Parts: sequence; structure tokens; C-alpha cells
Amino acid sequence: MKPRHKRMALVGAGVALLVGAVALVLNAFSDNMVFFFTPTQVAAKEAPQNRTFRIGGMVQDGSLQRQPDGTTVHFIVTDTAHAIPVTYTGALPDLFKEGKGVVAQGKLREDGVFAASEVLAKHDENYMPPEAAHALEQARKAQSTVVQ
Amino acid sequence: MSEPQSSAARLPGAPGFNLFHYASPQTFYPLAGRLLWPCWLLAAALCAIGLYIGFFVAPTDATQGDSYRIIFIHVPAAWMSMVVYLAMAFWCIVGLIFNTRLSFMMSSALAPTGALWAFVALWTGALWGKPTWGTYWVWDARLTSELILFFLYCGYMALQAAIDDPRRADRAGALIAIVGAVNVPIIYFSVKWWNTLHQGASVSLTAAPTMATTMLWGMLVMALAAWAYTVGAALLRVRAIMIERERHTDWVRQLAQGGGSRT
Repeated sequence: MKPRHKRMALVGAGVALLVGAVALVLNAFSDNMVFFFTPTQVAAKEAPQNRTFRIGGMVQDGSLQRQPDGTTVHFIVTDTAHAIPVTYTGALPDLFKEGKGVVAQGKLREDGVFAASEVLAKHDENYMPPEAAHALEQARKAQSTVVQ
Repeated sequence: MSEPQSSAARLPGAPGFNLFHYASPQTFYPLAGRLLWPCWLLAAALCAIGLYIGFFVAPTDATQGDSYRIIFIHVPAAWMSMVVYLAMAFWCIVGLIFNTRLSFMMSSALAPTGALWAFVALWTGALWGKPTWGTYWVWDARLTSELILFFLYCGYMALQAAIDDPRRADRAGALIAIVGAVNVPIIYFSVKWWNTLHQGASVSLTAAPTMATTMLWGMLVMALAAWAYTVGAALLRVRAIMIERERHTDWVRQLAQGGGSRT
């Protein structure tokens, strides 16, 4: 065996061991690497109790209610299977909209309402000009009327 | 020109002219010099075209407005930060196996540029995050792993600078480069594997891009500009490293005594 082949084998074995170790670590951590929980996970009691965590999903269409004090809002976060009512006092990000992604940090109250201390808008991977977005919206509406 | 064959012949399994011909600093130095200007010109031209498309041709985004235009810098920078790290790991593996000096020099030459790209990606991402998400920074998997990449670059450079003997510095640095390379697929797939605030990939090898065509073109042209700049910067730096490390050899002495016209 030439020294070069020996080194090649050593480096190869080292890299293989490393990849294996990382795969195991990632596998073990995968449950703890969650940035937010979905409403379904919360409903299944997978989210931490009595501790701050984040929920993520879509703001349900028509669920946004601004309270008379001007800074408090109520809305519903849904992943289409389950939904969680959220209350939040403070400024919302510009991209916060009904039907769009949202991540809220806070605690789940006894009454099942999620009291958020921070609300972030989650952007999706779609980038399109306003005309295209408008066309898509029209197509979606047309389709839903056909279904009805 | 002194015998380049002698350096090529030292490499096992490399008789006559082949790629290994350029594996010696002495022969690679003039080649790198000739490639410099084409790289700079290409980078400048592509950057000008890319920015023009990005600012004047590409439409405004439906939800984000104009703040999305940061992607013309952010995405190429993030791509390059990952590609450069993989290139460093590649050169370190080649260096460890074939014992070639130039491989380690290439790796050291790439590191500062890679760190720059990682920093640009993090910085532009923060500036985009505030208007879009409502925060500059969150500890989600994508952002955190990219920050770790930046630290890996810094650690590689710091470790190399801390060890005086270049051979030991190369080997120590190679360890960081190769071990740290596992972070790159983690960065790339983080948005798939975990719930992250960062959105998924708009452009991938396996699916049709989910963005308007002109936006995509602007981004791709900027990515090519970033490639050209990276190659140019790495070649410029590797030339400096070659001269510094080989300063006691004949070819560098000849160069210093006016043999520079050979470049």
C-alpha cells in the first residue's frame, strides 16, 4: 500500500465517521430544532406547557379583529387541520396579512388562547409581480365559485 | 524557464504534461496572473448587468414591495459562502492525500472571500428581515447554521494565523475545513428539515423556480458575477501566498530580480 493510498483511506474513514456522527446528532436533535410548533402539534400537546414557545401557521381569512384600544389584535392561526386563537398587543410587521404565514411567540393560556408577546411575518418562497399575484387571486376566486 | 517537468515528475502517476503540471506554485503563478484580468472584467460586467436587471427590469414583488431586491445580493452571497467552503474542504482533502503544497495555499486563499460572503449574507438578511419578518435576527436553524459557517471561516483563518509552521498550520486548518463542511448541507437543507422562519428555496435543482423570470435572471447573473469575483480574489491572494511561502526558492528569487516579465 502506497503512503498516498493509506492517507486516502485514512481521510476517507475519518470523513465517513464524521458524517455518521453528525447524522446521529442531527437525528437526536431534530425534535429540539423546531423553531415553531404548528396548531396540530399544539392540539396533540406536543408543545411545551407553561413555557414560552412559538406557533406558526397561516392567519385565517377574516379572523383578524382589531380591539378598541387600537394596539390589541385578535386573530386565528391555522394549519387548515387545527386552529388556535391568538391575542397580541403591539405593532404588527408590515407583511402581516390574513391568509399569509405568521410566527408568534408567547404562552398558551388556560382558556386555550395563545397570548403572544412577539409576532413575526413568515414569507414564503414565491416572488412575483403584483399583476401575477392579482391574476392568481382572480383564478382562485373563479375556481371557488365554480366549486360552489 | 526552469524545468517544470521536474516538479511534475515528483508527483506519482503524473508523467509528462497534465493537470498536475499546474500543481506546483512555480508553474501556477504565471497562469494565475494571466487569469486575473479576465476574472475582474467578467465580474464587473456581470455585476453591472445583474444590478441593472435587479433595479430597473425586475418587477416589484407583490407582497414585499421593493425590499425584496436585497435578494440580488443576498442569495448569491449565501450561495457563494457555501460553495467556497466546500471548495476549501476539497482542496484540503486533495492536499492531505496528495501532499501538494498548492492545494493548502488555495484553501487559505479562499477563506477570506468565503468569510466575506457569509458576512454579506448575514448582514443583508438582517436588513431584509426587519421590514419583512419584523425582526433583524431570530435563532432559527437557517440563520444559526449560516452564522456557524461564518465562525468556521473565522476559526480557520485564526488557527492558520496562530501556527507559525506553515505545514502544521495547513493540517490544523484542514481539520476545521473538512469537519466544518458537514455544516454546509445542514445550512442548505435546514429549511426543509425543520420549521424555520426563513422561507424555503425559491430556486433548486429539482423543482421549477417559484419566482418571476426577470427576478430569477437578475439573481443568476449576480451569482455568476460573484463566482467571477471569488475566483479572481482567490487567485490574487494565492499568488501572494505562493510568493510569501516560497520566498527562499529559486523561482521567487528570479521573479524578484526582474523575471516578473514572464507572468
